[in-house]
Amino acid sequence: MSPRTPRTGARFRAGAVPYVFLTPAMALFVAFFAVPIGYTLYLGTRGTKISGLGLGKGSRREVSVGFDNYKATLTDHEFWAGWLRVLGYGVVVLTVMLGLAVLFALLLDSAHARLKRLSRIAIFLPYAVPGVVASLLWGFLYLPSLSPIHTVLHWFGIQADLFDPDVVMFSMANIAVWGGTGFNMLVLYTHLRSISPEYYEAARLDGASEFQIATRIKLPMLVPSLILTTVFSIIATSQVFTEPMTLRPISNTISSTWSPLMTVFTQAFKNLDLYSAAATSIVIAAISLVLSFGFLRVVRKRAFSEES
Amino acid sequence: MPYGLPRRSALGLLLGAAGAVALGGVAACSSDDDKSATTPEETGPVELTYWTWAPNMDKIVEVWNKANPNIKVTISNQGGGNESAAKFLTAAKAGNAPDIMQAEYQMLPSFVAAEAVADIKSLVSGAKPAFSDGLWGLVTLGTDAVYGLPQDSGPMGLFYRVDLLEKYGVAVPKTWDEYAAAARKVHAADKSVYFGGFSNKDGGWFAGLSQQAGGQWWSIAGDTWKVGINDAATTKVADFWGGLVKDGVVDTQAWWSNEWNAAFTNGKLLTWCSAVWAPGVLSSNVPSTKGKWAMAPLPQWNAGESFSGFWGGSAASISASSKHKSAAAKFLTWLNTDPAAVDLLVKQAQVYPAATAGQSSLSTPPEYFSNQASFWSDAAAISSGARGFTFGPDVNAAYTAYEDSFGKAIQAKSSFTDALTSVQQATIADMTKAGFKVAS
Repeated sequence: MSPRTPRTGARFRAGAVPYVFLTPAMALFVAFFAVPIGYTLYLGTRGTKISGLGLGKGSRREVSVGFDNYKATLTDHEFWAGWLRVLGYGVVVLTVMLGLAVLFALLLDSAHARLKRLSRIAIFLPYAVPGVVASLLWGFLYLPSLSPIHTVLHWFGIQADLFDPDVVMFSMANIAVWGGTGFNMLVLYTHLRSISPEYYEAARLDGASEFQIATRIKLPMLVPSLILTTVFSIIATSQVFTEPMTLRPISNTISSTWSPLMTVFTQAFKNLDLYSAAATSIVIAAISLVLSFGFLRVVRKRAFSEES
Repeated sequence: MPYGLPRRSALGLLLGAAGAVALGGVAACSSDDDKSATTPEETGPVELTYWTWAPNMDKIVEVWNKANPNIKVTISNQGGGNESAAKFLTAAKAGNAPDIMQAEYQMLPSFVAAEAVADIKSLVSGAKPAFSDGLWGLVTLGTDAVYGLPQDSGPMGLFYRVDLLEKYGVAVPKTWDEYAAAARKVHAADKSVYFGGFSNKDGGWFAGLSQQAGGQWWSIAGDTWKVGINDAATTKVADFWGGLVKDGVVDTQAWWSNEWNAAFTNGKLLTWCSAVWAPGVLSSNVPSTKGKWAMAPLPQWNAGESFSGFWGGSAASISASSKHKSAAAKFLTWLNTDPAAVDLLVKQAQVYPAATAGQSSLSTPPEYFSNQASFWSDAAAISSGARGFTFGPDVNAAYTAYEDSFGKAIQAKSSFTDALTSVQQATIADMTKAGFKVAS
């Protein structure tokens, strides 16, 4: 071998090494992210053209329809009404679920807490129940003749329809809160455990009560975790699907387009219109992105500027 | 092309094979054509996949597989009608559809429009006389093609609790007016009890009632689809139920829920407008009331008539991409017309067979209805008065719109005519968007 050969080889390798290391990640990103999204974008611009009755051979062709599907989604009243319903649902879920999660995390972390391990598991356990099972379970509890809830309400003379159009949103939010509080509590609690106890000691020496420690020290230090859990919850609630879909068969109030994601399902698997479904999916993804990043932008300045 | 060749019995199978190849669109080059015309494809063992949700179908197929080692059929259950239809269309698009597919009649036009099922006219030419014209029309869609063989059907009747009708002192209603009177009487006697129920959960149910009244939701005029969901007959049906719902004298809870089963069990619901397959549903959902039910014809719009409609029922179709169409057609012809096979369909799969001979051969009533010895002859009488329907290419969109619009109307106790109009509009909008020529 001539002495030149390894040098050029080495130079070549040095230039390529970062790319070699990047290749698996890039390949996975392209195969499982970029390509499917690109295909969905493309599908959204397609439609069918039918000659005659659409029954004979070759009478249905796939054609480009430009941005018609996207336009149709953006101008669909029912789609935006769905977002409005989800917004209301999201406000209830986010405030109640995260509020409870913070409360439970602080209580568990407080010096006076007893039976910590048991409580932690008890609060977390609903998260381990799959969404469909949880919805079915609560669905049975909401039905008048099967439910102990209604029996209790009867004692107080209340005759409530938990599937009433005005109430059903809260019935659904209840399921999400029941299932999601434990997970968020665990994230926040784990963060609390990682805070150095020196802060608390210093605070106690300064005469701070447990309550003051919680509100003045723990809460501010929790902010980054709270932001994380909020972003997760925003994404999850804007894509709410399991609860309304599972409750729909036992209630007359939940329409097939109750939430934006249900609209996608209806378009794709009821109306068998994959093209509209693709366009609607893209719009939902865009809105979710705007919501999550918008939230991050708003809170970033307040939350992280102090740290950095 | 093989279509032009004269039909000779010795060449029957061969023609079928060649036809199948041509239909499948694989006869792209002429040398392949020649090959398939000289060597029948069915010489070696053929494996067929069959998607169906009918119970115990594997046992029926086992009988076939034993007798026909060269055509082995494998069953796959992909969920009920709606679910497996969506899966089938997706699979057809992806190019891996099963050879044979159970298709609900109302889904067949969607399958045909998506070119997912094959025209098997030349392969099942002898099968037509085995079925009534109404059912045969459901697999031809009113065209010259044949898109499957009818398998089971669901003529509608009124199922009622014999003991409870006696208790509340109402007779089995012969007309819808009598039905309304009975509904008011029963609910007046006990506010927690309803004579019958209205469901927004199943567009097929309402479509069946509309057929009885003479509604024609879809029809074909030249190359244009006509949509008449809010035609006079259907509007009459909608208004009738709308009035009862508004007065709160019929039950409106969601069907198929545990709550609904409980209402039957507890005697809070006395009747059910359903189809001949009801015994199967009742025996599994409401086992405790066995022997207390009977079936009568649906109430009529005019006294003395004997019309009914169809709710449910399905055909078995061969997918356009199947490479073994003639073998599949052989199996389907056996399954749906051979007396022994139809008998198995009735006993094992517990369906009401589409084959006319199969319907009249039934004698022993379903166990759940053992008190009604004439159950099957009553069913045959109902079936003979069942009016057909042309299903359009977007039945699912119409049914979804029905669920949503009528769900809202039930909650608000608002006009059912308006709800029906919005179903009509949603259906037309969906068809227009898909590119169909539509007139209303």
